[in-house]
Amino acid sequence: MVLKSLTGNYAVALAVKMARVDVVAAYPITPQTTIVEKLAEYIDGGELDAIMIRVESEHSALAAAYGSALAGARAFTATSSHGLLYMYEWVNWVSRARVPLVMAIVTRTIGPPWNIWTDHSDYYEQRDTGWIQGFAMDSQEVFDMTLQAFKISEDPRVYLPVMIGLDAFILSHTSMPVEVPEQELVDEWLGARTQGFIIDGSEALIHGALSSPEYTEEFIKDMGKAMEEAVEVIREVDYSFGRTFGRSYGGLVELYKCSDAKYHLVLMGAWAGDAMEAVDTLREQGYSIGVVRVRYTRPFPGEELYKALSSSKGVIVVERGVSFGSMGPMFLDIAGNMLKYSRKLPYMRNVIAGVGGVNVTYKDFEYIAKETIDYIESGEEPSVMTWYHARRSK
Amino acid sequence: MSNLTKKAKSLHKIPIARPSIGVAGRTGTWRWMKPVVDLSKCTKCYQCEIYCPDNSISVEALKGAVVNYEYCKGCGVCAEVCPAKAISMVEEEQHGP
Repeated sequence: MVLKSLTGNYAVALAVKMARVDVVAAYPITPQTTIVEKLAEYIDGGELDAIMIRVESEHSALAAAYGSALAGARAFTATSSHGLLYMYEWVNWVSRARVPLVMAIVTRTIGPPWNIWTDHSDYYEQRDTGWIQGFAMDSQEVFDMTLQAFKISEDPRVYLPVMIGLDAFILSHTSMPVEVPEQELVDEWLGARTQGFIIDGSEALIHGALSSPEYTEEFIKDMGKAMEEAVEVIREVDYSFGRTFGRSYGGLVELYKCSDAKYHLVLMGAWAGDAMEAVDTLREQGYSIGVVRVRYTRPFPGEELYKALSSSKGVIVVERGVSFGSMGPMFLDIAGNMLKYSRKLPYMRNVIAGVGGVNVTYKDFEYIAKETIDYIESGEEPSVMTWYHARRSK
Repeated sequence: MSNLTKKAKSLHKIPIARPSIGVAGRTGTWRWMKPVVDLSKCTKCYQCEIYCPDNSISVEALKGAVVNYEYCKGCGVCAEVCPAKAISMVEEEQHGP
């Protein structure tokens, strides 16, 4: 094991290299570009034995990665925002074809107005595509999650592509120390790629043919089943990763100071670290609060969240994205999924913040948490959904 | 690379099919025009066999082009590409199954 200082993007690239991918296909877009630049450097320097397919668009990037994966290659691509939207048709095709593949999404606000900073709208928009979706908090987790993504995607119980989200700039271009394991250990833990079918000319297969509605329904239903089974696979992979490399994240959700907490901040991504800092300060001031950090949004960790939140006095879901005309996508998922376990839900508040890349710090989390707790303790309830607006007059 | 990849059966249904004759039933019943080969004109050039989208016409070495009417949908591509004009499209006397 060695300690290396890596940006979020370089952590992705190093993990992809150590997973020994065969094919990388990508089209440059800020802030994803440095992932593929680094991979190109690895290939050029002979450190990674892979083919870099240069393409004319993101639509072709995923198509090329997919074609390689069909033929049995471990393939990878990465994109952001408008690039991701441009490859949208293929995003859906790859998952419905049940082909294992890994893609990194460096989350970036969708324009107009033109904007390169992070919010989660591009990542959220993928939630119905049938991809497994994870979101990392720091460079170490990005590294670990990328390696784990290949193992999850290539599990015969799953055979679905996996996307890993990481925040633009505040994670993608910020250096942190990362524990990098030995290559031999990674090889042993990850093993050879497996997939459900390989199109390499040795066997005649028809793929993408017309299917009657009844058969099509069965395929789609089975994708849902694979998603459900992926919950256990993600937990298993997290556990075996911990046994081998010494780091485990607790499965689909990470709990921070939650064992005795009365109130809960729920969020995902890099700013969860700021929320944890805020919780440290709030606890010193006597507030009983913890952080529930969502690591995977597909499959959605309904069971974990129900266990963590069902007896909470107040749940504050802070999100960097909104479904226009409705609420935050994760808030809707939490409320809907908790209804599977009980009709009685705790008080829940949805705060939309940091949209368009607005900087949100531990001070903002302190403010949001105190405001909510003070309302509830005084017997009032703040409105269910609010915007925490940076240009507000305080 | 790909020689290391293993095929391991999915535990769910995967959208692939293996080609076999008649997976969509007797598609010949879809036909309302049928290709009729004038074997005296056939030069066995194989154009009809190459172009047929359903593999329903084949050239036999001695005889010439033979249509498989069980599965021929009557699209007429063979008649269109035949350089010897040996194939004509004739309306079916009876339609449907």
